[in-house]
Amino acid sequence: MGDIKVLEAVERYIRGEMNPDERLHFENLRKSNGEIDQLVVEHTLFLQQMNRFGEWKKFRSSLQEVHTDLTEQGKINSARLTGKAKVVYLWKRYKRVAAIAASIAGITTLTISALVWTITPKTATDELQQLKGKINSIEHTTKEQGKEINNVKNKISHTDNTITYTTGGTGFIIDTKGYLVTNYHVVEGAKNIAVQNSRGEYTARLVFADSEKDIAILKIEDESFKPYNSIPYAISRSEGKLAEPIFTLGYPRNEVVYGQGYLSSKTGYKGDTLSCQLELTANQGNSGSPILNKKGEVIGILNGRQKNAEGFSFAIQGKHIYKVLEELKKDTTYQRIKLNSRSSIAGLDFQQQVEKVEDYVYMVKVN
Amino acid sequence: MKQEINERELLQGLAVNDKKAVESIYKENYNMVQSLIINNNGSADDAKDIFQEAMIVLYEKVRSGSFELNCLIKTYLYSVCKRLWLKRLQHMSRYAPPIEDPESTVSVDDELEEHEKRDAEFEMMNKAISSLGEPCKSLLEAYYLQKQNMQVIAASFGYTNSDNAKNQKYKCLMRLKKIFFAHYKNENGNG
Repeated sequence: MGDIKVLEAVERYIRGEMNPDERLHFENLRKSNGEIDQLVVEHTLFLQQMNRFGEWKKFRSSLQEVHTDLTEQGKINSARLTGKAKVVYLWKRYKRVAAIAASIAGITTLTISALVWTITPKTATDELQQLKGKINSIEHTTKEQGKEINNVKNKISHTDNTITYTTGGTGFIIDTKGYLVTNYHVVEGAKNIAVQNSRGEYTARLVFADSEKDIAILKIEDESFKPYNSIPYAISRSEGKLAEPIFTLGYPRNEVVYGQGYLSSKTGYKGDTLSCQLELTANQGNSGSPILNKKGEVIGILNGRQKNAEGFSFAIQGKHIYKVLEELKKDTTYQRIKLNSRSSIAGLDFQQQVEKVEDYVYMVKVN
Repeated sequence: MKQEINERELLQGLAVNDKKAVESIYKENYNMVQSLIINNNGSADDAKDIFQEAMIVLYEKVRSGSFELNCLIKTYLYSVCKRLWLKRLQHMSRYAPPIEDPESTVSVDDELEEHEKRDAEFEMMNKAISSLGEPCKSLLEAYYLQKQNMQVIAASFGYTNSDNAKNQKYKCLMRLKKIFFAHYKNENGNG
């Protein structure tokens, strides 16, 4: 008898499917064979468990079925919670959490405000009053400023396009974009600066001033100004040579005036090494005029003359323009200023040179 | 008096998994349990799980031959559900509030202990059968749970004759019994 047959017999025996003869035979076998007996006991237990398991499963699935049926018939209200019911459910479910969160938030807020209140210095009210006072004074000054501004506006609107320039000097272009050099004393304390020559009149702004070297850099800031293509003269880095013939163009009056002379000393007034002495007739208004040599190089800026002495003048050496420019270039806005170091008018005679240079020399008008 | 008879009939019906009886008990009691669960941090799904488990507890009780509840079905189910739900809440470590009782309760601790043990056994069996894979699972379920005839099984599973089916069933049964008895001995000491 194979194992399968034995087990089949055991199952049939347990289920009571054997006929009486078979049963008797099997019971005898069971008595004589311990193994079979053991198998019967074991299998009985297993089948019982299986049966109960089967019923349990069936009952579970019938419960599931009943649940679905009753829900569909609306006899129990377990249909998925929707709308208001859902809100109510969620509220019920989370109200405790919400309440706890809210009280924690409330306590935290109160604690923090209490802390802030205790930590805040007691002088707070005084400071507030001070602040108030300050605000009052600020208001006052603002009013004053308003008045001032109005005054200025009035003045400006009075003069408008006809600014009366009281003093003046000369300046010359050092960069094609409209940068000019003049003497610091020409533009010292200036409110408005304008430059003028045969090309036209432009407003200008002081961009740099060196009172020690008496050099000022101006920039033409006027919509009608058109940048130059090039500059005919060069700015010399070296000091001029004694007896070197020089000429100048300037505006001692409303017309450009030519002057001619020579370099008479490498030092200026009272041995000032910053400047040089020129044998050149200069008048007021010549301040800031370029001093050019035969090669078309600017060797200096005319800046003065000795009182009670006619016929000679002093000029700041041209190399100082470079020094001033270096200072200026520290401001990144002005890094693109470039001085012309190669003259294009070398070899021409003074008359021809003057023609070329004339357009680059401006009367500087100041009020 | 009439109610008592009615209750007894319901329980007898429940013992044989009579659909009408089950439906009747379900209908009468489900809503009460659902509001208990929902009012105490649960969802409708939780309510369904808990109620069905309570029904199983009741089913097992009446299956063991005891139709004497000493209380109404309603009270019994409510008590069981409450115990089960408190236990579930603790297990989920969700805040378990003390449940105020609109209904009176009876002590069901013994039944629940019994139920838990049985439930564990059934779950084990369920897992064991599933772990056999096909065709064993279907084959054994068809023979032992649905109690189908071997000839029918052979035909529906595509075996050429019932001996092949028996052969296959035998192999599957041996595997299942091995798992079952290994577990059974573990659970019951020396068995």
